[in-house]
Amino acid sequence: MRKLWQAVAGSDLYYHFKRDKVAIASFSTLMLMVLISFTAPLIAPFDPYDPMQIDIMNSDIPPSWVENGEEQFKLGTDAQGRDMLSTMMYGTRISITIGLLAVCLQLVIGITLGLVAGYFGGRIDSILMRIADIQLSFSTLMVAIIVLAIFQASLGADLYGEYALLMLVLVIGIAEWPQYARTVRASVLAEKEKEYVDAVRVIGLGPMRIMFRHILPNTLSPVLVISTVQVANAIMSEAALSFLGLGMPVNQPSLGSLINAGFEFILSGSWWITTFPAIALILLVLVINLLGDWLRDVLNPKLYKG
Amino acid sequence: MFAFLVRRLIQAVLVMFVISLISFSIQDNLGDPLREMLGVAVSEAERERLREELGLNDPFLEQYWRFLQKAVQGDLGNSYFFKRPALEVIMEKLPATVELVLGATLIIVTLSVPIGVYCAIRPKTWLARTLMGLSIIGISVPVFLTAILLIYVFSIHLGWFPSYGRGDTAMIGFWETGLLTRDGLIHLVLPSIALSSIMLPLFIRLIRSEMMECLEQDYIRFARAKGLSNRRIWFIHALKNTLLPVITVGGVQIGTMIAFTILTETVFQWPGMGFLFLEAVNRTDTPLIIAYMIIVGLIFVVTNTLVDLIYGLVDPTVKLARRI
Repeated sequence: MRKLWQAVAGSDLYYHFKRDKVAIASFSTLMLMVLISFTAPLIAPFDPYDPMQIDIMNSDIPPSWVENGEEQFKLGTDAQGRDMLSTMMYGTRISITIGLLAVCLQLVIGITLGLVAGYFGGRIDSILMRIADIQLSFSTLMVAIIVLAIFQASLGADLYGEYALLMLVLVIGIAEWPQYARTVRASVLAEKEKEYVDAVRVIGLGPMRIMFRHILPNTLSPVLVISTVQVANAIMSEAALSFLGLGMPVNQPSLGSLINAGFEFILSGSWWITTFPAIALILLVLVINLLGDWLRDVLNPKLYKG
Repeated sequence: MFAFLVRRLIQAVLVMFVISLISFSIQDNLGDPLREMLGVAVSEAERERLREELGLNDPFLEQYWRFLQKAVQGDLGNSYFFKRPALEVIMEKLPATVELVLGATLIIVTLSVPIGVYCAIRPKTWLARTLMGLSIIGISVPVFLTAILLIYVFSIHLGWFPSYGRGDTAMIGFWETGLLTRDGLIHLVLPSIALSSIMLPLFIRLIRSEMMECLEQDYIRFARAKGLSNRRIWFIHALKNTLLPVITVGGVQIGTMIAFTILTETVFQWPGMGFLFLEAVNRTDTPLIIAYMIIVGLIFVVTNTLVDLIYGLVDPTVKLARRI
């Protein structure tokens, strides 16, 4: 543990991190949000999944500092009588989970295919890259909306709600693999020509071992930079899909579905149902984007354009 | 050039083939066409007879071939809800979406180029820093939230702009336009701003970084040495090369923009294709869903081909045939 800390403290990344106020602020905000949302079952004042704690008589109560507000509901309640603060904590947890899982899926698919395409070249490469080109030319959100819409229409809203989280991860994860595949492939093409690869080949190691143990570690810095932006994008996509009613169901809301639920009431004056989740969502995406910007400036990898 | 067109055409046909295959399997699995036609009060024997007559018991490939033949002729079936040809219903809504995209594109083009260039040539000024800071906030705010915020501030509080719908429209031939009436234009303002809100910062950042990269290259240094004015270097020599990658990204972003029209149209109740599509999904109106998929697929394929063509014309060093 101490060794690990020393490795972190001695690294370039940490050196730059210490000197950048924006990076420190965004990182601490992000960590705080992650901590609060993932410990929600322990620290949230109410459990929004427990029907016993929800009373419809408590619906539409404004935040506690506004007139008619109640002290026990700090940020007010939504139309179903759920405490906004607790529901948001749980919602942030769902949003972050979907973002991370979707990016993990993108990483696995994208890195594997990118390595294979770059290392073997030839026909495999051109076929994979052709598919990637075509898939990139269709916007992820468009594909996700259509695919999820079809699944929702064929499964019915209730059944769909049960699998919504899985579906969101799968769709966002699969739709974005070309981003990684192209970046990894570009780095592999450069790495492949280097002497150390020749050396391990002469030793007689198999292609799998060369690809994953020797080339892959040298392609990771652009992957790291893309990943931050991709997590932000995945969270945004999830929010957009949930806002359209194609994502998380009302009884298990993410930040996007909370905003969607509140949008109906914004005209009647219940601004808090939309505003607080919106602020949480923007803050979450913003700090991740700021961190991504900072990482790109520090690591400055050659990113694949276009 | 010719080889490029042929290859591109093959690719386009391939993509449309996949889309048609997906559309067809949806049609096959989503809802029962007989129930849509007859309701529930028809006997099982009668159903089976009709099933045979309509060819619903034929093998998959045979049915698919029939679907394809009809689709090529523009017949995608009748919308269950509107009881009219699905393609006709979609095409009626197309102008609204196109005008919305047009409005947003206008905002993006007129603002992103000057701001991006300014931030690139004067990166240290406070204005450039503020603009870059705002742009990262802009990227982090989802389109639907911008839309809601705009409605809240400008419609509900200030009452300057209407919050939903298209307003008065005029007909030019088959094209129902809102661009010619004052009411229509006023209705277009907020949705266009909302739609452009996420692309605009993206393009500002892209133009800035491309321009900064351009300004570091040798030919710019040479132009300086030759004694050309800064103005000429920036706006003639550097800007030209800056805009090349912008065209490519722009082509991809048109597709994303169509996805965002669904969000914008939902918030503003804009009577376009995206709004129609979501309604169709909620009503399980399969022919309409398929028609939308095919139209959107076509738009994607055509814009991508066009963008690559334009790219080849603007930058003669790019060999089109090798760009697939």
